[in-house]
Amino acid sequence: MNVAVLGAGAVGTAVADLAGDYGHTVTALADSSSAAIAGGESGDDGIDVADALAAKRAGERLGDAAPDDALEAEYDVLVEATPTTLGDAQPGFGHVARALERDRHVVLANKGPVAERFGEVRDLEAESAGTVRFEATVGGAMPVLSTIEDFDPDQITAVRGVLNGTANFILTRMGAEGLGYEHVLAEAQDLGVAEADPTFDVDGTDAALKCVIVANVLADGREYTLDDAEVQGIEDIPGSALELATEDARTIRLIGEVTPAGEVRVGPRLVPEHGTLAVTGTENIVQLETEHAGRLNVSGRGAGGPETATAVLADVGRLPEL
Amino acid sequence: MSDSTDEVRAYTVRLELVDEPGELLRALEPIANNGGNLLSIFHERGNVTPRGHIPVEVDLEATPERFDVVVDALREAGINVIQAGAHHYSESLTIVLTGHIVNTDLSNTLSRIQESTDANVTDLSLSAPEGTDDVSSARLRLATEEGQAAATLATVRDIADEKDLRVIEPLMGGEVA
Repeated sequence: MNVAVLGAGAVGTAVADLAGDYGHTVTALADSSSAAIAGGESGDDGIDVADALAAKRAGERLGDAAPDDALEAEYDVLVEATPTTLGDAQPGFGHVARALERDRHVVLANKGPVAERFGEVRDLEAESAGTVRFEATVGGAMPVLSTIEDFDPDQITAVRGVLNGTANFILTRMGAEGLGYEHVLAEAQDLGVAEADPTFDVDGTDAALKCVIVANVLADGREYTLDDAEVQGIEDIPGSALELATEDARTIRLIGEVTPAGEVRVGPRLVPEHGTLAVTGTENIVQLETEHAGRLNVSGRGAGGPETATAVLADVGRLPEL
Repeated sequence: MSDSTDEVRAYTVRLELVDEPGELLRALEPIANNGGNLLSIFHERGNVTPRGHIPVEVDLEATPERFDVVVDALREAGINVIQAGAHHYSESLTIVLTGHIVNTDLSNTLSRIQESTDANVTDLSLSAPEGTDDVSSARLRLATEEGQAAATLATVRDIADEKDLRVIEPLMGGEVA
C-alpha cells in the first residue's frame, strides 16, 4: 500500500523506516515544518526515506513541500503520528477528517481523535470508503484492540492493566530501592525512560486516554472522553507507601481500568507483589475479562518508536484494498 | 478458585477470660492448634465485665469447617465464648493512606473508619521516615463483611478527603493475594 506519514517523531520515523520491510511504499512524510512528497502521478516510487530521515537527523528539512501538502499527496493510508492533543484533538482530527473525505484509510498512533472525538471519527468513517484503525494508540506493540476486536467487544466485561511504562518504571524503582519519587524521576529522565516533561505519564493522563479509547471500543452507544475518566497520578506517593505495601506482600502500580459498570478509572492501586499485574520496569500489561473464557493477559512493550510502529504497520496490513 | 466450603473466611470471636496469668495464651492455643490463622487480638485489659471477666476480641481466618472445630475446642478448654462468628468478616482489604497522617489525628481516623463502616481495623503499620510532621504513610488491613468492600472503600475515601489524605486502594476485581 502507499502510505503517507504525518508526524516525524519516534513513531512516525520508525513507521517510515520499517514500512518497506512490510511491503509498503512511503509516498509522503511530514513533520511540523516541512514534508517530503514522492513525485509522479501515482507516487508509486515513493520517497527516499533514508535521505529524508538523514536530513531530519542533521537538523534540516524533510523535503521541499509544506507539511499540509502531505495530506493531499497520493496515498492509500494516512498514518497520523503527530503528538496527541486534548480537547478538540487538533490538528490530528482535521487530518483524519481530510483523509476520510478523500476516501482514504487512516491509521492512528495519535490518541487524541479517538479519545476525545470518537463519535465524530466514527461518523466520518461511516460516510467514507476509508477505514480508521488505531491499534497503536493503546499499549504500543501489544495487540490489545485487535484482541478485543477478535473476541468481540460484547464478550469483554472488563479491562485493567499497567498502561504507562514511565510511571511503572518509577514505581518499580521506588519499591525496589526505597528511593523517593523526585530522585527516581530524575534517574528515569537520564535514562531516557521519562521525557523532559513527564506530566502526562505521571499524572495518569496518558493511561487514562488509553482506557478511554478502550471504553469507546467496548461501549454500546455511549461515548467517552477524558472528562469521563477518574484520574489520579503518582506524583505525591511517598517512598514509605511502597515500603508499607511490601509488608503485606503487595506493591503499588498505576492501574487503568474500564470496570464492568463502564467506569474509567486510573490511579495508584495495591496489587499482589508477585502477581501478574505487578510487571516491572517499562513493561506494560493488559488483562481482559471475558464472558466465557476467563482472563486473558497481554503484556509487552507499551511504548517506543519501533514497537509502536509495528502496531501501526499491523493495522495497515489489516486494511481492505480501496 | 471455587465456591466450595473450603474457602478461608475471616471470623471474629468474642471471649471472656478469667483475670489470671496464662489465660490469654490458653485461649489462643485451641485456635492455633485447630488450623485457625490469628489475624488480631484486641485485649481490653482495663475493661472488666460485670462478672469480673476480661473481654477479648479475636479475629481469625479459617475455613467454615475449621472454624466450628475451633469454637468447639475453645468451649472444651473451658473458655467462655460469648459470640462466635456473628460477624462473618469475609473480605480482607489492605489500603495505604499517605499524607499528614499523624497531624490529622490517626486515632480519630481509625475510629471513624470503624464507626462509619461495617469494617474492623485488624492491622496497622505506620512509616514516617521524615518525622511525623512530614508526609507519612499508614497501611491498614480492614476486615469487612462479604460484599461490603466497595462501600467501605467509599467511606474511607470520604474520611480521607476531609483530612486531605490520599487513599491508595487495593485493585478490586483483580487477583487477590
